Amino acid sequence: MFVIIRDLIRFNIEFAIGLILVGIVVFFACLSAFSPVDPSMIYVAPPDQPPSWDYWFGTNSRGQDMFWQLSFAFRNTLLFGLTVAVISRMISITIGLLSGYLGGPVDRVLMFFNDIFVALPIFPILVLFYFVMRNDLNTVNLAILMACLGWAYDARLIRSVALGLRYREFTRHAVFSGMSSPKIMFQEHLPYVMPIIFSTAMANMIWAIGLEVTLAVLGFTNINIPTVGTTLYWANNHSAMVVGVWWWLVIPVILIVMTFIGLFLLAVSLNEYIDPRSRLRRMGL
Amino acid sequence: MQNYLFFVAKRAVQLLAVIFFGVSAAFLITHLSPINPVEQAINRITGRSNFSPEAVADMRAALTALYGIEEPLWSKFINFWRRIVVLDLGPSLIAFPTPATTLVMRALPWTVGLLATAVVFTWLIGNILGGLAGYYQNNRVLKGVGIVAMGLQPIPYYIVAFILLIVFGFVWPVLPISGGFAMNVRPGWNWPFIGSVLSHAILPALSLVLVGLGTWFLGMRALVSNIISEDYVTYAELAGVNKRTIVASYVIRNAAVPQLTALAMTLGAIFSGTVITEEVFSYPGLGSLLIAAVNAGDYALVLAVATVAITAVAGAIFIVDLLHPILDPRITVE
Repeated sequence: MFVIIRDLIRFNIEFAIGLILVGIVVFFACLSAFSPVDPSMIYVAPPDQPPSWDYWFGTNSRGQDMFWQLSFAFRNTLLFGLTVAVISRMISITIGLLSGYLGGPVDRVLMFFNDIFVALPIFPILVLFYFVMRNDLNTVNLAILMACLGWAYDARLIRSVALGLRYREFTRHAVFSGMSSPKIMFQEHLPYVMPIIFSTAMANMIWAIGLEVTLAVLGFTNINIPTVGTTLYWANNHSAMVVGVWWWLVIPVILIVMTFIGLFLLAVSLNEYIDPRSRLRRMGL
Repeated sequence: MQNYLFFVAKRAVQLLAVIFFGVSAAFLITHLSPINPVEQAINRITGRSNFSPEAVADMRAALTALYGIEEPLWSKFINFWRRIVVLDLGPSLIAFPTPATTLVMRALPWTVGLLATAVVFTWLIGNILGGLAGYYQNNRVLKGVGIVAMGLQPIPYYIVAFILLIVFGFVWPVLPISGGFAMNVRPGWNWPFIGSVLSHAILPALSLVLVGLGTWFLGMRALVSNIISEDYVTYAELAGVNKRTIVASYVIRNAAVPQLTALAMTLGAIFSGTVITEEVFSYPGLGSLLIAAVNAGDYALVLAVATVAITAVAGAIFIVDLLHPILDPRITVE
């Protein structure tokens, strides 16, 4: 494991850049543990101060120190993305392996529903949920909801790998030596799917964070929890760009773009690691 | 031909299933809501002026009958589907008594126009550039495009639209940043209006294209770089087939089939992106309508927009699927 990561850093420039970008953002988010201020308090600092030695990222019109505010926002946003990714991975692993290993009618039924989930436009449905649940739609509920909507595409990928594993020699051996189906799926087949799970988890985090930001900017989540989306919501609410408080918008946008590009590069380089053909090409063979 | 008909029939069943499950889900979500639409409507009406208690009671009775709230859920469900079949989505509340269908149909062409233009441009440009980048792997310009595409691809629609809004709204205000057309032109088939519509569509379309381009570029480049090591490409090269012919009709054409499947699979997400982009640029499409309806608590209109959105996306996916035989003759021949 560590050897793989070391080699990836050394030979794969995309992986190294992605790791650095995500590392910076995660480090910044971890700083929130040492924050001297409570992020839910407003008017605790002089409002509208540009970035300076006292306030590294300036202060906003609500009298909050943007450095600590953003630190909390990124902590919440990253945790949100991680929660969605973990829950939706569990769903897609289960469905994908079941469908691929059992095949036949189970496969057809599962893939029928899978195709429906792939085709549904998710944003209007999330807006519908907000419309119904209003302030009950907190971060945890939203994470579960998005996990339930975001597993379909990856379940199909996992299924295609599991389909191939089904006819391999070792699966037959396992069946003949009396291994139960769940055991075969989760002990024998799961390790083969693991690299895909890691790389799709990154893509899934990007997707989840992007939707959270969008919903929050429109005010369709609990706007009192600091996340990247709610930060932008309050900035728009106070017309930050018009009154010239640009650091309120520009700094979070730069940081979130760093997060997205970092996660994406990690996903791409892991994908490349999974597919050995592209490694050969890199070596010039 | 028989194969193709079978393929079409299978897709049609899928289309109906997606519409049925999606719209039913939208219906159930809104009807399990704790919000009482009658009370909401009464609050809005009585908020403006005073009414006698009898008048309010009458209004409550009339609205309850109008919405059919007293009925059990399953009969509401059946009625809902019966009305959908004749394209009746009920009256909207923000523009009562205009039918929600009218409002949605007024917004739909804007969304369809924006989405179709953006998707066609994105898919064609992304795939052609990606195909060339996969074939000519040492070209500097194409490598540069690859880096830009990689940097733009993961950024969500909202952020890209927002950055464009800041750049063209505050830093360098040359393009209109809100609305579907200028206030001083008369809608119709005249040049000022068409020009105005086009110039207002540039930024929303550009933000959709910028986000979408990367996906197709990177996907196509990966596909093509696998295909060029296939035997038939090597054979064609050795046989002295014109390089352009190889790229266009041997390599890109083959790689375009999975990309078309991918287009059908991501259309739902692209639609979500269009909704968001419309809101950022106040474009008069379904997205702006949906968000206005949510903010006004307009129960019927939210459901109507969701219904039309699900149906439209499913329909678009169906059409994209039907295009498959154009690229992949095996579907009709086998």
